[in-house]
Formats: sequence, structure tokens, C-alpha cells
Amino acid sequence: MIDPLPMDPLLVTKGLTRRFGGLKAVDGVDFTLMPGEIRAVIGPNGAGKTTFVSMVCGRILPSAGMILFDGGDITDMPPHSRVRLGIAYTFQITSVFPNLSVYDNVALPVQRTLTDGRSRGAIHTGVLTALEKVGLADRAAMQAGQLAYGHQRLLEVAMGLALKPRLLILDEPTQGLSDAEIEDFVRLVRTVAEDATVLLIEHNMPLVMQLADRITVFDAGRVLAEGTPEQIRADAAVQAAYLGTGAGEAA
Amino acid sequence: MSGGDKPAKVYALHLAVLAVLFTLNFVLPAYYHGLMARIMVLAVFAMGYNVLFGYAGLLSLGHAMFFAAGMYGTGLTIVHFGFSVPLAFVGGIACGAVLAFVIGLLALRTSGVAFMIVTMMFAQVFALSLIYFAGWTGGDQGLVIPQPARILNLGAAAFDLTDPTVRYMTALALFAAALFATLALVRSRHGRVLVAIRENEERTKMLGYDTFANKLAAVTVSGTISAAAGAAFALLFGYVGANFAGVQYSILPLLWVLLGGAATTLGPLLGTLVMYVVTDTASSFTSAWLLIVGVVLILLVLFFPKGILGTLRARWLGWLP
Repeated sequence: MIDPLPMDPLLVTKGLTRRFGGLKAVDGVDFTLMPGEIRAVIGPNGAGKTTFVSMVCGRILPSAGMILFDGGDITDMPPHSRVRLGIAYTFQITSVFPNLSVYDNVALPVQRTLTDGRSRGAIHTGVLTALEKVGLADRAAMQAGQLAYGHQRLLEVAMGLALKPRLLILDEPTQGLSDAEIEDFVRLVRTVAEDATVLLIEHNMPLVMQLADRITVFDAGRVLAEGTPEQIRADAAVQAAYLGTGAGEAA
Repeated sequence: MSGGDKPAKVYALHLAVLAVLFTLNFVLPAYYHGLMARIMVLAVFAMGYNVLFGYAGLLSLGHAMFFAAGMYGTGLTIVHFGFSVPLAFVGGIACGAVLAFVIGLLALRTSGVAFMIVTMMFAQVFALSLIYFAGWTGGDQGLVIPQPARILNLGAAAFDLTDPTVRYMTALALFAAALFATLALVRSRHGRVLVAIRENEERTKMLGYDTFANKLAAVTVSGTISAAAGAAFALLFGYVGANFAGVQYSILPLLWVLLGGAATTLGPLLGTLVMYVVTDTASSFTSAWLLIVGVVLILLVLFFPKGILGTLRARWLGWLP
């Protein structure tokens, strides 16, 4: 499964910990992500998945531990600088700019990535490319807040894509999507994974099994298990902690 | 800026407004001619305020200090150092720019209500300092800039800024410059980022923007435009006074912008104009004119909460910048 050639990991965390008062939401997590992977992070509600990725993208500062991205220490780096390094985060709760047009929502990340300067044409091309990828090009002039919920989720992904990330973190991207929309979404993530590494928090188990190269299972702030979908399906500890008891959650 | 971008229409509208203001120079009776020059200068102040409040979404209650910094920077250098008109004008603007940058560095550590209070406190310190150093600033009395010091020498030509037409045209030139500067700003990439910060700062950070740096730039630009208005006011009306640094002159630009329409390029002019017309009309037939102004403001806020142009844009004219 894993490339036997020595490859430098894209993301490493060492002993990553975050306390909220007395609660250890994330507790000493050692985590390694190789370039080009699609990695799913699963686990029961409150297992620390969102806190973990929030520390990776810089929205939450760790209480202890270290984060390395492409070999460099980013533990204390402000979030906007991490985005410039290539870490993009799409929010669990849809967080587009509702009062701006769909076009402007995507223009913001596009113009961030353009280093060559002032060209309006380059922004325009970049915006339309990103919108075409998620199938929203015909809705560019609409106010983002007036889009249907599923389309807002796609817009959120388009904003992440427009940053041309090396690591795209998707926090429960299919929440609230219809089955047909989920199929489109799976195709979209596969396209993204051709140029970027994907870290995906997801509750939809069939989708995770279908999409992920490897799966990391969180429970109570710790990594309970890690492996290929087959290994995770067969893992007795995971079954006990999550798949067996949390059947309702997988729906 | 967005999918519904209509630059030709936008520029035509702004040029038409300037053409109307130009024509008014020849038709207005003397009293209204002078008033209009004053309104244009104060509209520049409101436009500066609008950059920060309307677009970046930061409510400052201390903008009088930037206006007064421009005013005193110009007035004091003329009175005490004998600066020429252009030099004093640039000096006044520079004072406002530096002050805005420093105040921004400090005040932007806060947000929301705390930002309002911190900016208000700095403005109070500034206003009280003007009164304290009365030997330089004239204190409560202020300073009158003598007429001979208000002549602009450009090569062979000399423009007397006390002449009504020269004064009107100078005010119009400043207004036009500020109008196109803000129009360029709000249509730029930086303008788009400011609006994004207003709408959702957290999300803007996660798109890779240093929101502190962008807000600091907005405070500095806003303060600089306000200072330009103050500097022009000193030169055109020949008076520098501490009342312009008072809290009233921090709240007035907020009212003008709210009335005309926050985050619209022409709203500040319209708001300033309407407010002056209402004040002027009301005070001509009753001494309780503040009451009438108050009622008009309440009605406008009730029925036009987005201001006049903001409401027009939301209902009919989506392309208004």
C-alpha cells in the first residue's frame, strides 16, 4: 500500500495537545501524512477531530506539541501565513460570505494566490475555473447567501480549491448533501487529490471507505487506530469504540 | 467588482455628479455657493470616514482627531513657520497620516465596542492637548489664518483662496480627487478584502489574509483622507479651532455616512448635503431646529436603515459602487 521509497511527509504532528480547562480535547497526537494521500479522520462526536485540524490550520493554538509542514516548524505561525504555505481549510459550518456574490467569494482566495500583480483578467480566469470545477459557474452573479445549502458547501470547497492548496482540509464536507450531490463530491475530491493532499473529517462511512487511502480513528482525543480502510474495518478496537456502537452515526 | 460589474455606467454617474457640482458654481447665489464649498470639503471628511466604517466595518468615534490633525498641521505651520500653501497642505496631510498609522497600531488591538471607546479616548486626549498648549494652538479661541497667507502661488499664477470662485473650485478639485481615490480603492483587490473583513474576519484570515495589516491600511487611508479635508478647511475658510477636534466632529461624519449610505462612494456627499439642507431650512424658521433634525434622522433610520443610496442599491440599482 505505502510507497516503499523514502518520501518526506507533508504533515507531521508530535505530541500535539490541546486542553480546554480540565478537558484534553486532543491528547498527545503523533500524526504523519504523506504527500498525495487522501486521509480520512473519523471518530465519535467529541473525539477531537475538529480541534486537531484546527490546530493544523492555526485557528486554535496547541497547549503542547509540535506541527511540521513540509519539514518546517509551523507550530507558532499565524493562520494567514499557513494558508500562504498551502494549507487550506474549509469550515465544518458553512462559512461563505453570504452578502457577497458567488464571484467575489471565490475572487478573494484567487487574488490571494496571484503573485504576478494587478491583472483583473487573471482573477477572472481563476474564478471561473474554480467555479466550473464545482459546477457553479452559471451562478457567479448570485449572492452567496441565496444559494441552496448544498451549493453553499460546494462554494466553500471552491474557495478552498482556489487557494491552490498543497494540503486541503475538509471538515465534514458532505454534511447536508443529497446522495446525488455526494457522488459529484466524490468525483471532485478525486480530481483535487491529483495535485493536492486531502485531509478529510467525515461521518459518512461508505464514503470514507470508498474515498480514503488511509484512515485515522480518533477517540477521546487520542489516535485509536490507523490503517487502510480494510484494516480499520477489521480492527476490533475500532469496532468496539466506534463502528459497532456508533452505527447511528454512520448514517 | 462582481459578476454584475458595469464600469462604464459607474464612471458616467461619477462624472455626471462632478459636472453638476461644477455647474452649480455659476448658478448658486452667494450664500449657498459658500455653503456648497464647505459641504464638499466636509463630504471629503465623510468619504474618509466611509472607507473605514462603510467598507472595513470598523466604527471609529475619534475621527475628529484626524480631521483636526490635518487642520492644525496646516494652520500651525503657516502661522508659526510661514509655510507656503502647498507645503502646509502636504504637511497637514502627513500629520494625519502618521497619527492615523500610530492610532491604528494601538487601537486595532481591540475590536467592536472597545475600538469605539479607544478611538474616542485618543480623540479626547488630542482635543484636550490642543487646548492645553494654548500658546501654540490658540486654545479655545483657535487661530485665524491671515488672508495674505492663503494665496496659492503656482509659478506666475497666484490663486487667492479667499476668493469665492477659487475656493469653490479648489474644494471641487479636492472632492473629485477623493471621490476617484475611494472609487479606485473599493473596486480594487484591497477593497474586496476590506469588505470580506467586514463580513467575516475569521473566514478572511483562513483565506490567507493578514487582517490586521489590511485594517491598519484602512485606518491610515481613512485618516489621511480625513486630514486632507481638515487641511483644506483651514486653507479655504481661514480658521483653525479646537471645536473641530471635539466629539461632535467625530459623530457628524458617522451621521453623514449613515444618512447617505455606508459603503457607497457617493453616499458621503449626499448625506452631508441632505444634513446641511435640513439643518439650514429648519434653523431658518425655528430656534428648535435640532428637534427637527432629530426627527428627520429618526425617520430616515426607520425607513432607510441602509441610508439613501444604500436603499436605492438594495432595491433597484445593484450596480452602484
